[in-house]
Amino acid sequence: MLTINNLRANVGDTEILKGLSLNINAGEIHAIMGPNGAGKSTLAYTLGGRPNYEVTDGEAHFVNKDGDYDNLLDMDPHERAAAGIFLGFQYPVEIPGISNLQFLREGLNAQRKVRGEDALSGAEFIKLAKEKAGLLKMDMEMLKRAVNVGFSGGEKKRNEMVQMGIIDPKLAILDETDSGLDIDALRIVGDGINSIMRKPDKAVLLITHYQRLLDLVKPDFVHVLANGKIVKTGGAELALELEEHGYEAVAA
Amino acid sequence: MSALPTKRDEAWRYADLKLLADIWQDMPAPEQVTVKAGESMARQISEIPTIGNGVAIANLDVIIEDGATFTLHLLAMNAQYGRINIKTTLGKGSHFELGGAILGSGDQTLEIVTETIHAKPDATSNQVVRSVLGGKSTGTFMGKVHVARDAQRTDAAQSVKSMLLDRSATANSKPELEIFADDVLCAHGATVGELDKEALFYMASRGLDPEKAKRLMLQAFIDDAFVSAGDNVRDTIESKALAVLEALS
Ligand SMILES: Nc1ncnc2c1ncn2[C@@H]1O[C@H](COP(=O)(O)OP(=O)(O)O)[C@@H](O)[C@H]1O
Ligand SMILES: [Mg+2]
Repeated sequence: MLTINNLRANVGDTEILKGLSLNINAGEIHAIMGPNGAGKSTLAYTLGGRPNYEVTDGEAHFVNKDGDYDNLLDMDPHERAAAGIFLGFQYPVEIPGISNLQFLREGLNAQRKVRGEDALSGAEFIKLAKEKAGLLKMDMEMLKRAVNVGFSGGEKKRNEMVQMGIIDPKLAILDETDSGLDIDALRIVGDGINSIMRKPDKAVLLITHYQRLLDLVKPDFVHVLANGKIVKTGGAELALELEEHGYEAVAA
Repeated sequence: MSALPTKRDEAWRYADLKLLADIWQDMPAPEQVTVKAGESMARQISEIPTIGNGVAIANLDVIIEDGATFTLHLLAMNAQYGRINIKTTLGKGSHFELGGAILGSGDQTLEIVTETIHAKPDATSNQVVRSVLGGKSTGTFMGKVHVARDAQRTDAAQSVKSMLLDRSATANSKPELEIFADDVLCAHGATVGELDKEALFYMASRGLDPEKAKRLMLQAFIDDAFVSAGDNVRDTIESKALAVLEALS
């Protein structure tokens, strides 16, 4: 579904990704772990096309609806979203004056338009939003409020998952979605990721520091990202090893 | 008619004096409005009347009698030089509510200039102005508040925010307080900013194209000025503003 080959990227003038390669197939869940500052968020942002994250070398391709691969790096951020990539932000952004419902409806319908699908009516959208909010145990009243404004850290993360449910992407790149969640919220979010994304035609790239999320969302592959590269890949057991011995010992 | 103002006249220091000179002899006298004691009146200026040669001027002189309420909503846009002058004199326990947006592009000069006279006790005024300025445009809000000696318990608030879409645009915000009473609240806040790039990327990541994302943010920004309007007025005035915002984004 996603192929990344020898990707190098600068943030400002500093090279952060230093030749990163990764393949993700439909039906797979990949976890990326690694020390602070390794470049995990940079990888997520670069795949999302964030301005100022400049690719200097390498390639990234993403499957389209005909099963062919498009050059991801040629696409604008909103085109990548329409192609089926969802970015769960480590720090979700507050947008005063725009309600969650308006934000999501406009976003979803813009994606549908690019894909040649009909826009959802107001009633259809509300039904969808209610269903996904229910799944993540988020009060519908919160979705009427401005995007993330006044939300706690945990509520913001949960809101990311409601958005993912509504948008229903092919690939979700989730950047530390588990941080800031209490135990109950973690379970709700873990169950949400499983029920929304664990499907044969979808895939997840889960950036996390913690085994407790991987206990809920069992990864097929675990990668260690250090100093801008994938330095080790293994199965679910690699995460346990990392938890026990630390990044330095395992990835050295 | 008085003499043509110069840059040294405080109330005209940001004006387009060249264009003003052409129409100075045709300057309209202020329209006199009185809101009778205990009554409410709402007015809108969504198109500043054109005086000639790209110049549009609106001029109101409002008396708000005791216990009355005057609600005014303004759109300053679509003129090479546009100016809205509002003078209000507040009676005892009265209220003046003003919401205005300044939407400038090209090398337009647009101004909202208010003079709010709290002449009697217990009156309140609230002024909210939002500017969205692109190109080399200049948007100015000047708000003079005068609180007379016996106008105790006056509460006069101003909130002025400007959004610059280009580095070449200019926002001026100038409060002026003349306070002769001692038991008075005069809150003033002014900020100048740019579109939040993080929010724009967040919106793009959910599928919104850059123009649409920008437009939604600008709409939300100016909406602050119109929340005080009734639903009908708010819809009408915001759809007029939207047409101009679309051209700006
Ligand atoms: N906007 C930025 N400008 C300059 N350096 C940045 C910026 N964002 C991140 N970095 C740097 O890039 C490196 C990788 O950051 P990041 O991808 O956030 O790491 P991780 O998510 O793995 O903790 C860090 O050294 C960080 O300081
Ligand atoms: Mg990070």
